[in-house]
Amino acid sequence: MSSEKIIMEKNLNLNLKVWRQKNASDKGKFEEYKVNDISTDMSFLEMFDVLNERLNNEGKDPVAFDHDCREGICGSCSMYINGRPHGPKQTTTCQLHMRSFNDGDTIVVEPWRAQPFPVIKDLVVDRSAFDRIISSGGFISVNTGNAQDANAIPIPKDAADESFAAAACIGCGACVAACKNASAMLFVSAKVSQLALLPQGMPERKKRVMEMVAQMDAEGFGACTNTGACSAECPKEISLSNIARMNREYIVAELSSDSK
Amino acid sequence: MTSSKIDSKIPEGNLEQKWTKYRSTVPLVNPANKRTLEIIIVGSGLAGASAAASLSELGYKVKVFCFQDSARRAHSIAAQGGINAAKNYQNDGDSTYRLFYDTIKGGDYRSREGNVYRLAEVSTSIIDQCVAIGVPFAREYGGLLSNRSFGGTQVQRTFYAAGQTGQQLLLGAYSGLQRQVGSGNVKMYARHEMLDVVTIEGVCRGIIARDLVTGKLERHFGHAVLLCSGGYGNAFFLSTNAMGSNVTAAWKAHKKGALFANPCFTQIHPTCIPVSGDHQSKLTLMSESLRNDGRIWVPKKQEDAKSLRENRIKPNDIKEEDRDYYLERRYPAFGNLVPRDVASRAAKERCDAGFGVNKTGEAVFLDFAFNTLRYGHIEATKKGIHNPNETQVIEMGRAVVKEKYGNLFDMYQQITGVNPYDQPMMIYPAVHYTMGGLWVDYNLMTNVPGLYALGEANFSDHGSNRLGASALMQGLADGYFVIPYTIGSYLSNEIRTKAIPTDHVAFAEAEQNVQSSIDKLFAIKGTKSVDYFHKKLGLIMWNKCGMARNEEGLKSAISEIQELRKQFWNEVRVPGSKDEFNPELEKAGRVADFLELGELMCKDALSRNESCGGHFREEYQTDEGEAMRDDENFKYVAAWEYMQGVNWELHKEDLIYDNIKIAARSYK
Amino acid sequence: MNWVIKMFSSTIGQKLIMALTGLFLCSFLVIHMVGNLQLFKVDNGLAFNTYSVFMTSNPVIKTISYILYFSILFHAFKGLMLIRKNQKSRPVKYAVQNGAANSHWTSRNMGILGTILLVFIVIHMSNFWYEYKFGHIPFTSYLTNMATGETKSSPMSAEYVQSNKLEEGITSNEQGQFRVVIVKDLYKEVEEEFKEWWIVALYVISMFAVGFHLYHGFKSAFQTLGVNHVKYNGLIKFLGTWVFSVLIPAGFAAMPLYFFIFK
Repeated sequence: MSSEKIIMEKNLNLNLKVWRQKNASDKGKFEEYKVNDISTDMSFLEMFDVLNERLNNEGKDPVAFDHDCREGICGSCSMYINGRPHGPKQTTTCQLHMRSFNDGDTIVVEPWRAQPFPVIKDLVVDRSAFDRIISSGGFISVNTGNAQDANAIPIPKDAADESFAAAACIGCGACVAACKNASAMLFVSAKVSQLALLPQGMPERKKRVMEMVAQMDAEGFGACTNTGACSAECPKEISLSNIARMNREYIVAELSSDSK
Repeated sequence: MTSSKIDSKIPEGNLEQKWTKYRSTVPLVNPANKRTLEIIIVGSGLAGASAAASLSELGYKVKVFCFQDSARRAHSIAAQGGINAAKNYQNDGDSTYRLFYDTIKGGDYRSREGNVYRLAEVSTSIIDQCVAIGVPFAREYGGLLSNRSFGGTQVQRTFYAAGQTGQQLLLGAYSGLQRQVGSGNVKMYARHEMLDVVTIEGVCRGIIARDLVTGKLERHFGHAVLLCSGGYGNAFFLSTNAMGSNVTAAWKAHKKGALFANPCFTQIHPTCIPVSGDHQSKLTLMSESLRNDGRIWVPKKQEDAKSLRENRIKPNDIKEEDRDYYLERRYPAFGNLVPRDVASRAAKERCDAGFGVNKTGEAVFLDFAFNTLRYGHIEATKKGIHNPNETQVIEMGRAVVKEKYGNLFDMYQQITGVNPYDQPMMIYPAVHYTMGGLWVDYNLMTNVPGLYALGEANFSDHGSNRLGASALMQGLADGYFVIPYTIGSYLSNEIRTKAIPTDHVAFAEAEQNVQSSIDKLFAIKGTKSVDYFHKKLGLIMWNKCGMARNEEGLKSAISEIQELRKQFWNEVRVPGSKDEFNPELEKAGRVADFLELGELMCKDALSRNESCGGHFREEYQTDEGEAMRDDENFKYVAAWEYMQGVNWELHKEDLIYDNIKIAARSYK
Repeated sequence: MNWVIKMFSSTIGQKLIMALTGLFLCSFLVIHMVGNLQLFKVDNGLAFNTYSVFMTSNPVIKTISYILYFSILFHAFKGLMLIRKNQKSRPVKYAVQNGAANSHWTSRNMGILGTILLVFIVIHMSNFWYEYKFGHIPFTSYLTNMATGETKSSPMSAEYVQSNKLEEGITSNEQGQFRVVIVKDLYKEVEEEFKEWWIVALYVISMFAVGFHLYHGFKSAFQTLGVNHVKYNGLIKFLGTWVFSVLIPAGFAAMPLYFFIFK
């Protein structure tokens, strides 16, 4: 307890190298900042709050970054920290706490890098490609009011649980950021899997996977080389088996669908 | 006694028949006309996304605005526990009436019978709809849906998806919305913030929005505008709301004439991770479901509490007989499962009396040790181990606890750095939800024609205290099953209104106003950050308009807020420029609105001389410290009208209970 | 667009090509390995040389071998195309990237490993395949005493047997019956090649590349084909690791080493 406590209470002095870019057309560069006396209880974003408060007081432009719920579920936050999306822990940046760092550390913070995720400002990127992929087929077409009783179709618990595990994706884009190919396969496959595992998803099963993959490709995401980096960095631990399932779904759909 | 400005438009007739009859007689718009009618929806949470999907399915032209980078990030996503519905799948006596009754009672008799009954009635369709669009609710081995129980009820009617029900429901509604976006029926404006409502001759005709990426102001016409912009808990700075959650859309509407109802009704959730320091930016909820297995306690002796605060002893050093399980002591019938308002106040009472257990003195224990042992013994029996040693019992018990709450325990450890399997959790109440909001009638329309409010943004269903798992129900009820019908009663009269060109003088004026208030913010060039003011406001609100309020405190809060507002407009510094992505500017605008709303919240709390639900006035309590309602004088909705110069006029809507006998709430 | 073209030009389809050609090449490796084990037979190359003739003259095997050459080229070409495409998906690189934290280095370096293999295959084929088909490989005649089973070999000039790679027949003399096999002596060629230490080293190093390439490639191919199942993942991982990235490369590496050390 005592040694743990001492470590916990020691505040940190850190060197930050942060990507600064005024807007999409600006070239951008790293800026270095020193932040001192950072409590280990702070979250990584709160450490940025401290930095921004100081920049603000010095009359400088604060660092722009996406964040909202700060409890690891909205998927807004998106920093690439010391070479890893969301930093050293398998969680979101907002749930990364400063106790994961040591006094005197240099921390390099970059935005997600991918051709379909252009930088808007500093660490903020445009992830609307994900929305367009969902729009292309990530849904079940049931108009409001058409539904039958919720218990009319029993769903095996295993299938429901697996579907839920895939549906837990928060759409943060860490998979794309982590992948050396900037591939979005984990994101897309999570949605394909969620719906392919449910009887409700059957009618649009083939159409869905074909259209979502087509949209994914049109956005310019890379191809999957099965490195597993996406799943290893996913804050919601979405499994690689979803990618295998999507491959299966896609191959079967292309080989057997009625469209020529 | 109801003010003449207010007409709730509750249909006549039997409670059970009101909605059915209304639905069957409300005027309709034919499909061809729907295609020419434009609807603007502000906010893409459960209410906004479900309304957008449903209305565009009907054929309306819909535009959706959200300030986040995607509709999927709205804060509905963070709801953990579940969604109520009167399905009675568990055969335990649930019914529409029972859900209706529980909700009215839970709300401490400050909500409308008609609205709440309708909510209970449509609740079952929500579950049907969600399952049909692929929401993976928890299921039993037989393949049917699973239920659990929540505070304030005696039946199991809560549907859930692990601890991420809000996420799953929102992603369901979002997928419906994106389907319509993909087919071109909905135009999505992400990273856009609504900054004003445009009214022409008192009728709502559109909005002014700022493109948050380019900073450009935009004019958008709509035959109707739906505000689905959530609650205003962030007036307290620290809350379980998202950082971006704000009152701006609702507040701009309020300033354009929409009444704001019951602003002082805020819900303080009892089980949140306590504040750890000044750096803290938000508070994290630990699901209400934890109270099923956790026992809440503080030390009986003040010196023990002091030692804990100074870190000289550990919680487990305190003997069983020296622990005060104060909820079990005060409320033997409900114990640790009393409603949220009651549990929160009890925690505050103990901490105020000097029994708080963390370094700030504002925390109590939520202890799983007792149930860990209990589960351990059950497991041992199951496995046929007759004389298990303590280590075995603890090990097996922890495995059970981990299975039930693993995610939450991990989250707790991540945030606090303390392992909750070894030591009890420390928790403290935090601002969570706001029952108050824009005043709406039965159609969910505000008193400004054509302007609607749905979900947490309106005031209608939860009275002065919301029951767990009811927020999701209300958001989706409003969006999926109420607004698609009720909007017809207004739009059927609008079919001859052609789209008004946005160069109309009213649009130009509104845009000009927005522009000048942005310019004004930049012109101040002060020395203090926006957060500085937000934090100050939060402290005033928390200390004086929080879990307990009194006349003196509220009065001083009002003058402090007025002073702070003045200071804000003289000393705030907004960096950068207006023509770029500028989060500080966004915050400044929102805090400016909170600085006005905060005052109204205090005014409302001051004018309500009673204690009910989340509103606890220290002057009005029983000898045992319980809330004392005054039905004689305060059985009304307080609807405030904004007047020039940050001033308000109160309008009252009498609450009429034809079907429920009002009684004192007791959980003893 | 024709659905076949559409399918195989999608990212998944392109990966599918990589997986199918890759697995086909894996299957070839097994055959190649088993066949080449005859190099270890102490018969002065008779079995190996007759096997070589069979492999280069049987019409079915010939057809398959053309598919094989095509697969190698297509696998390499498609792989390089995909690398280019994937690089375009991240035009601005990270300043700091810690790939080791989330993936195995073999999986991140399939392109480099594959390129090494391509170079190796070119050298390997020019050493043996080209020499065998178009070069000047000597012939050897094997004379086997049918009664004793004893075989004697003697070199023959290439001119003696111009047109064929193999001639065999039965002759007799007073001692008994003999089986005569006259065949292009690839075995000899192998012996000659692996006298050079640097060729041996190149082969051994390349076999490491094969091992690392297949360590990721074999199981990755199954993932691409959609085969990812708790029941079979263990087997796939086992085969990928122990058979394809250890046993087979080790077996191939043993051949040059054997000749270098023992011959």
